[in-house]
Amino acid sequence: MDITGKKMFVKALKEEGVDTIFAYPGGTVTDLFDELYRDNEIEIVLPRHEQALVHEAEGYARETGKIGVCLVTSGPGATNTITAVADAFYDSIPLVVFTGQVPLNLIGNDAFQEVDIVGMTRGITKYSVTVRDRKELGKILKMAFHIASTGKPGPVLIDLPKDIQVAYGPSEYPESVDIRGYKPNEGVHLGQLKKAVKLLKVARRPIILAGGGVKIAGAQKKLEKLANITHIPVVTTVMGKGAISSDNHYYIGNSGMHGRYAANMAVAQCDVLFSIGTRFNDRITGDLNEFAPKAKIVHVDIDAAAISRNVVVDVPIVADAKLALDQMLEWVEEKDTTEWLQQIAAWEKENPLEMRRDRGMSPQMIMEGLNKVFDKATFVTDVGQHQMWASQFLEVNDNKRIITSGGLGTMGFGFPAALGAKIGHPSKDVICITGDGGFQMNMQEMATSVVQDAPVIVCILNNYYLGMVRQMQQLFYGKRYAATCLRKRKGCPDFCKGPSEICPPYEPDFMKWADSYGVHGIRVTKEEEIIPALETAKANKDKSTVIEFMIATEDLVLPMVPGGKAMNEMILKAK
Amino acid sequence: MKDRWIALYVENQVGVLAKISGLFAGKSYNLKSLTVGTTENEDTSRMTICATCDDITFEQIKKQLNRMVEVIKVMDLSNVPIHMKEILFAKIKKCSDGDKAECFRIAQAFHVEVADIGEDSVLLECKLTDRRINELINLLKLRFKSIEVVRGGAVAVESISTSCR
Repeated sequence: MDITGKKMFVKALKEEGVDTIFAYPGGTVTDLFDELYRDNEIEIVLPRHEQALVHEAEGYARETGKIGVCLVTSGPGATNTITAVADAFYDSIPLVVFTGQVPLNLIGNDAFQEVDIVGMTRGITKYSVTVRDRKELGKILKMAFHIASTGKPGPVLIDLPKDIQVAYGPSEYPESVDIRGYKPNEGVHLGQLKKAVKLLKVARRPIILAGGGVKIAGAQKKLEKLANITHIPVVTTVMGKGAISSDNHYYIGNSGMHGRYAANMAVAQCDVLFSIGTRFNDRITGDLNEFAPKAKIVHVDIDAAAISRNVVVDVPIVADAKLALDQMLEWVEEKDTTEWLQQIAAWEKENPLEMRRDRGMSPQMIMEGLNKVFDKATFVTDVGQHQMWASQFLEVNDNKRIITSGGLGTMGFGFPAALGAKIGHPSKDVICITGDGGFQMNMQEMATSVVQDAPVIVCILNNYYLGMVRQMQQLFYGKRYAATCLRKRKGCPDFCKGPSEICPPYEPDFMKWADSYGVHGIRVTKEEEIIPALETAKANKDKSTVIEFMIATEDLVLPMVPGGKAMNEMILKAK
Repeated sequence: MKDRWIALYVENQVGVLAKISGLFAGKSYNLKSLTVGTTENEDTSRMTICATCDDITFEQIKKQLNRMVEVIKVMDLSNVPIHMKEILFAKIKKCSDGDKAECFRIAQAFHVEVADIGEDSVLLECKLTDRRINELINLLKLRFKSIEVVRGGAVAVESISTSCR
């Protein structure tokens, strides 16, 4: 018996094991909402903005390992998702995004709330398509879930015209789908991998560089084992932080633009660089000509197009990180790296990763407080200085993970993604670490937190500035703080070189704001208030807690490799 | 930097051409020519693409194309024997009688058909390799004041028995 498109839609969601959908209604998706309502089995999370909706689905997907499913209306509903869809694309997060569309016969007429969302998202999705025939619907839905979650995961967008949703068609939902142009890599080239193992065996100064791909593949344990057996030191990218426990003996720290001194020196001086699950973007390599100049480079990545794109490598291996590591573990042997580890320790001693301890509270102290108070938690960051501090100082291990927007660097990601993580894993403490700038980009989502019973702890590091850009202005633009001071008003002097007594107050007052949502608010101004505030927040299980940390305006993220410079040319101290 | 040729089998669906050309635009690849038509299977289209690029970029282009769900097969035609032809219409305008005679001579030398003729213009039509067409256009530009060129873009197919290109 034939069924409607909307019935097929709900059927497909259930067959795919979807129990939660992030959805915002509108004219062209009312039929789908009606079907979800009547069916009453899939929980609908109603956010307050479609961009935040998709970030929530991202956080949910990262936390649970499931596909994040989104449903929005046509036109503005669809265009609002674009930033977050791009974010998911660059960080390889599996999403299926359903957008409503005007009926087929109106497409192209500039109808009310019509946009060509498939055209707009072609470059930022793994696959995007408008369903033009009800008969195809089942197959396309199956394709969407298959493509989003296999190979290198990513967002898929399915555009559903209103008439397709109510049209009758076949009721079968396919169990599997064969797509002739889509054959994700499922094996690993043993010969190439042997070459890599051989290189590591003879290397005197080997380094493992682990990216987010290791975490996506769920290969953290394997990587840890590889390091423990071979004694080869490990550095991570920002997305790779957590690919190995931060307290592992062989873990040095992050490398890259704001990497640890010792980690960047090690990459600069290594003779074999074994990189896995990273695409070598500019934040990791700096000046490409000076990147790991003495090293033979092995590159394992699931995406063939990521290999030899930015860095030309000696041993390319297209494979899933877990498969490759599994195979390597059968071959690798213990190795004497004592001298090399001593050299790295000497670099660390020369320039340890350490912020100031004078003049009151520093961001490092906040991160250390978080490390101390939470044993089992998910930390979700926004984008900016606080993100780098979190990436530098947070402990991560089996029980503590970090979720961040690394590829696109989307301000406004943190808070909704934290809510998504909490919705996916309600029993876990979820802490959003954010800046005063980024938080304001999606702070409307506090309503979602309240209505979904999804309490999170929001740590706002407030320095009154868009700190990361201000840092660049401070270091490279003669302290010309163009449009980065969030207190600046019409009455302020045109050329302000920094805070003084005449500065206007900061808006909003986050405490009053928290109060208006009926959630907890704590303002922390002193070092000794950090731990009590975090402990209070941890005990608040009923509602979210907003902790506003009043940090110094001038703290910098250091070390810093200026854009385009070599990785060992780090700025280590503020002038 | 040199010209590279790719044959591409893609799904014959709405938006696929936009996706392929969008890749070239979005990633700043230099697309020189792109032709497309359906194959013996109606659900499959074949594209012939010429890109001007260096070795590393060309490798990237092939990988990026391969990555697309709608791309069924990428074939590098740069170094294999192929038959390749392009259609050209060239209208020579404001011709004197001498110019017309010259047109006919060129047509003969290049094995080009005279498709149409008027009081002061001649329309040439031919099917040649893209290189030969470039040469012909250069010659026409040199000899005549006013010409209008319509190129069809090259199509290519792997050779059966010949080993030359």
